[in-house]
Amino acid sequence: MENIKHLTSEQITQDLFPRKFGKLGMLWTGILLLVAALGLYAYYRQLRYGLIVTNMRDYVSWGIYISNFVFFVAISLVGSLITAVFRLTKVEWSTPLTRIAEIIAVSAIVFASLIIVIDMGRPERFMNLALHGRIQSPIMWDVIVICTYFFISILLLYFPLLPDLQIMLKYKEKSSNALNKLYRFQGSFWKGTPEQFKISDRAINILCILIVPVAFSIHTVTSWLFATTYRPGWDSTNFGAYFISGAFLVGSGAVVVAMYVFRKAYQLENYITEKHFEKMGRVVVLLALLYLYFNINEYLVPAFKMKKAEEVHLMGLFSGEFAPLFWTAIMIGMIIPIFVLIFKSGRKPLPMFIVGCMVVLGAWFKRYLIVTPTLLHPFLPMQDVPASYHHYFPSWEEWAIAGGSMAGVLLVITFFVRIYPIIPIHETIEENEKHTQNQD
Amino acid sequence: MENKDTSRRDFLATALLAGVAAGCGPKKNPFDDYAGNDVKASGEMVKLLSVNGDIIEIDKAFLKPVPDLPPVSNDEARRGIAGKKFVMVIDLSRCKNVKACQKACNHMHQVHPGQNWIKVLEMQDAEQTAPYWEPTTCMHCDEPPCVKVCPVDATFKRQDGIVLIDSDRCIGCRFCMAACPYSARVFNWEDPGLPTEVADQDYSCESSMPQKKGTVGKCDFCPDMTRTGELPHCVSACPNGVFMFGDMNQDTVTNGAETFRFSELIKEKSGYRLMEDLGTKPSVYYLPPVNRNFPFESGLENQIADDKIKHSK
Repeated sequence: MENIKHLTSEQITQDLFPRKFGKLGMLWTGILLLVAALGLYAYYRQLRYGLIVTNMRDYVSWGIYISNFVFFVAISLVGSLITAVFRLTKVEWSTPLTRIAEIIAVSAIVFASLIIVIDMGRPERFMNLALHGRIQSPIMWDVIVICTYFFISILLLYFPLLPDLQIMLKYKEKSSNALNKLYRFQGSFWKGTPEQFKISDRAINILCILIVPVAFSIHTVTSWLFATTYRPGWDSTNFGAYFISGAFLVGSGAVVVAMYVFRKAYQLENYITEKHFEKMGRVVVLLALLYLYFNINEYLVPAFKMKKAEEVHLMGLFSGEFAPLFWTAIMIGMIIPIFVLIFKSGRKPLPMFIVGCMVVLGAWFKRYLIVTPTLLHPFLPMQDVPASYHHYFPSWEEWAIAGGSMAGVLLVITFFVRIYPIIPIHETIEENEKHTQNQD
Repeated sequence: MENKDTSRRDFLATALLAGVAAGCGPKKNPFDDYAGNDVKASGEMVKLLSVNGDIIEIDKAFLKPVPDLPPVSNDEARRGIAGKKFVMVIDLSRCKNVKACQKACNHMHQVHPGQNWIKVLEMQDAEQTAPYWEPTTCMHCDEPPCVKVCPVDATFKRQDGIVLIDSDRCIGCRFCMAACPYSARVFNWEDPGLPTEVADQDYSCESSMPQKKGTVGKCDFCPDMTRTGELPHCVSACPNGVFMFGDMNQDTVTNGAETFRFSELIKEKSGYRLMEDLGTKPSVYYLPPVNRNFPFESGLENQIADDKIKHSK
């Protein structure tokens, strides 16, 4: 690739080697730890007093925990897109982004699982899923595919890391003893022989092929948690594709944000170049158009018919109490990104970063709008219940726990970047050499 | 006492059946005549749950264990009663929103204040159509969407048609609540706050008692009552005979005062089920609100009175 042509292997290793937190890094980590601690305290209160500390009640029986879960599952799908789909289709420019995408995938899927346990009224009975599991239930499907996805993602993160571990062990003096010990534990068996590379390449190829259907499954099944019910707004055959297209979009948005942050924080301008932003911009605009298409399907078709039950739900979104949030989510999640990114000047790092943030934020609200309004529009009228059951706004505990889970995802990524090179060193060197040879 | 290892359950059962009346004499049959005359009060008082669902205090000396009340095992409770197919008919032409059904149900099942297993809905299908009062229970569907989605078999369908919840197994994921189109299910968001006498009972899915924090609850068709040949609490509590309960295999339903051939009643009065188009096949049938015993407006008075009580609380 033209962008790294003048760099020596030493220079690349030097640039990409994991670094200690600076002042800003310390502050960032500190804040995240604080938010996570607050979330833990809120969860302690929830365990003690029950789900009564949330503002969920009998009608809105799923709130921001579930929308957060859907959000995390969605964002984790990008791992399969950038690592697997791009690798299989031989998209070479994605090399520096693969590890970013994969760590987002792993940490998001971990916290997706955790938030589901947090949402349970009886988390201590989690093992009932194994003891009394019923394979007919979409929840069981979700448990199975999410576990599978987690393990494939971990391996897809680990195998390409092995040559980098070897490099890091070569420069022992740069890392602390504890880290060297960790590197040795994880990668000392890797000698970098051609046989090992052959096995590793094959394994990665197999995983890349495996992860695509599993990734489609996790989000399709997650959409089925809603679509297998009768409720207006959920009772849709469009849901699987709608969720997956939205998931690729929010994941790509998150990768763009992460690209920008890492580039700035670690001065990676030589590795994450404007060209990468330009290419990712095209990916995001394509995905935004795709998601918009499924949104039109999802809302326009029932709105054309306006069946009685759907009407109440749709009018609540279009012009009722959820309208401000709904139109904001549509605008910042799809329309504005499309209009910014179809222009070449919109695909520069800074506008891309802003658009990435908008896409992620819009996607979070979109998930909330998918879960909650439907529950407030049941088939039979909401009567004979306390007035508080007619509305839902998350309690501080719910915000704290949702925020804490978000901080958890970011902490996992932050510590990962502290310990491992976020841009694959070995692959970068290899591509650099290949490119230099081609030029000669 | 004859039965040395009387468990707490038997002890409570004692109170339920023998109550205050039974004595402590050496007679074999506890249902024999009064033996209380020759028993002296010991002065040691125990709190018990009465048949009316009230907590009563009784001298221990007046209690006698009942040997032959086999507690229904979890397996048995999950299987249900062989040869039965329970069915309910709700006659909308008789309902005037008295809510005695709801009160009895809440009382007997210690439903959390504010929540209800039975709701009486003020319905009006369209602007020009007549309003009516519609009591709703769990529909005990033959194709129950809640059972389909439960990941741990905590809610299940029995051979007698009843859909129950095993609160000892429920993980509290609330998928069943999202799946139920009739919004029949409630959740124990906090500790039910039951008196210790109730909370310490052994849990049974047939009585749905005691309810447990973090699990789902709903109308259970009172299988503990039907097992002893009695009617569900809502049926016997209703002063207007709105609810009729029975066995479809025997083709009879009764509200206690009157008994009908189920098939004839449904045919004659054009019975129907709620949301037939969803394919859930409910076990609860409704008779349309025609030739009403009360004008709709008479129920409004109860509604207003009810609201007043709620507000004053």
